[in-house]
Amino acid sequence: MAERKLFKGNEAVAEAAVRAGCRFFFGYPITPQNEIPEYMSRRLPEVGGVFLQAESEVAAINMVYGAAGAGVRVMTSSSSPGISLKQEGISYIAGAELPCLIVNMVRGGPGLGGIQPAQSDYFQAVKGGGHGDYHCIVFAPASVQEMVDLTMHAFDVAEKYRMPVMMLGDGVLGQMMEPVVFPDPAPRDLPTPDWATNGARDGRATRLINSIYIKPDDLLRHNHKLQAKFKQAQVDEVRCETVNTEDADIVLVAYGTSARVCRSAMDRARSEGLRVGLVRPITVSPFPYQVIADVARTARAFLAVEMSMGQMVEDVKLGALGAAPVHFYGTPGGIVPTAAAIVEEARKIAKAEVGK
Amino acid sequence: MKQVYAVPKALQPRATHYCPGCTHGIAHKLVAEAIDELGVRDRTVGVAPVGCAVFAYDYFDCDFQQASHGRAPAVATGIRRALPDAVVFAYQGDGDLASIGAAEIVHAAMRGERITVIFINNAIYGMTGGQMAPTTLVGQKTTTSPAGRKLEHAGSPIRIAEMLSTIPGAAYVARVALSSPAHVARAKRAIRKAFDTQLAGAGFSLVECLSTCPTNWGMAPIEAMTWLEENMIPYYPLGEFRTPEGGASNG
Repeated sequence: MAERKLFKGNEAVAEAAVRAGCRFFFGYPITPQNEIPEYMSRRLPEVGGVFLQAESEVAAINMVYGAAGAGVRVMTSSSSPGISLKQEGISYIAGAELPCLIVNMVRGGPGLGGIQPAQSDYFQAVKGGGHGDYHCIVFAPASVQEMVDLTMHAFDVAEKYRMPVMMLGDGVLGQMMEPVVFPDPAPRDLPTPDWATNGARDGRATRLINSIYIKPDDLLRHNHKLQAKFKQAQVDEVRCETVNTEDADIVLVAYGTSARVCRSAMDRARSEGLRVGLVRPITVSPFPYQVIADVARTARAFLAVEMSMGQMVEDVKLGALGAAPVHFYGTPGGIVPTAAAIVEEARKIAKAEVGK
Repeated sequence: MKQVYAVPKALQPRATHYCPGCTHGIAHKLVAEAIDELGVRDRTVGVAPVGCAVFAYDYFDCDFQQASHGRAPAVATGIRRALPDAVVFAYQGDGDLASIGAAEIVHAAMRGERITVIFINNAIYGMTGGQMAPTTLVGQKTTTSPAGRKLEHAGSPIRIAEMLSTIPGAAYVARVALSSPAHVARAKRAIRKAFDTQLAGAGFSLVECLSTCPTNWGMAPIEAMTWLEENMIPYYPLGEFRTPEGGASNG
């Protein structure tokens, strides 16, 4: 039985990646995720891997592109302004169909914003982020243990679909310490993929990692192929937790840190006689639209709670498709919502939607 | 019958999309000959830029990755670190390397990244239709400097080989021209030496190749070769600016 250890979120992500077989990390310092590169700079040399501090986020993501194209497990991490800089590279990685893990410990924006936790990067994480038609698969963990489990899973998913996968955390999740159990590193021999550009030895045909399709017909076909992969992920990869939704009048929808607060708010509201439930998307891309649609049949109203001005709420509305009203409560700027404020919002909505 | 010439094995036997008189074809051939001579085709991974050489992978017969604009040294770094036994080269133009990718090339050199960079300096943006490059000469007319590049407005053209030669991690830095058989012979030796530097583990290597762009210069091919020699070489002196054994030499 693996031992329980107290781990900081950022370091837990890094250790989980190492145990998943990731041996290459390219990054650039930015608060609040510096424990990830710092940990990797100590840890990767111990296992024969490479940590390299790049000259910029732009360079780091392009190093990820090169290493992923060479067929190895590779990752980078950053926080919001740094992720903006990586978006060019993420678009190329998506276009060239390369697997990798990108961790975003989100901080407040726009611009330089602040360094406190936020969820205002939802749009750039799940709606494409860079240019062109593509999606990343995006996980939104809500505990240190879940960050460990999803990080280990993320590399498999990235390789299964040959797509970039993003871990969407925030400053709270990165900095908090919780007891975690690391699965033992599976002693598996990771095979080099049959598309990797690692030298055309033994007479094999040469290979190309590329995202340019200069003929419109070819680019059209390529886009259909990318879209088909994401459609498959929408079928097979959606993860979502629902709590107390069966009898709920008001259903909170939240991911990550705000979902943790919503869970407390839900318990408090229930103890006060309000029937409140919770939908917690674990994948925010692909989004659990069907879960929202199903819950919309019985719920009186949704309340999306985000540490932003309202981004995921748009997907909740798409899922509900008018079957139930969708309300929003947001705390941008690095503020974590309080359970009391969420209960107060739920009570107001209950009065308006249920009381009438 | 004695064979006096053959297409290098590291090149695919096909026509290129390059304009008549363009020197990309010569540079491709010299790189391919170096790869052949070293017998490393089956462990070479090339990195193509954004620009006229974006389709370089259609001509080289080895594994390739296509990089975003200016980022070829970063992509090559990722490949290099993942594949310690590979021979890794990036092929970049002057907009790609000296403008948008200035940070990536400097830091690859700083790290002494064991890659070889072939830098095509033709003093203009070719693929996009002849705009001013950071290497465009003062007075040179382009589509974005229609009255000629003005010193007080756009500054002096950047001398990449000299700049990189100040960086300790840059083990081999040379500038050559592709404008005559004699220059091409010297260019071939420099490119071979750059790959030798990489294989010896000595550090970063770069060969700047003064090149022509007859189409966007608005000249016939021979006229372009003459223009290169009369205008570019005086501003961009040829020679080895840094060698693994130390020292520098002209021509």
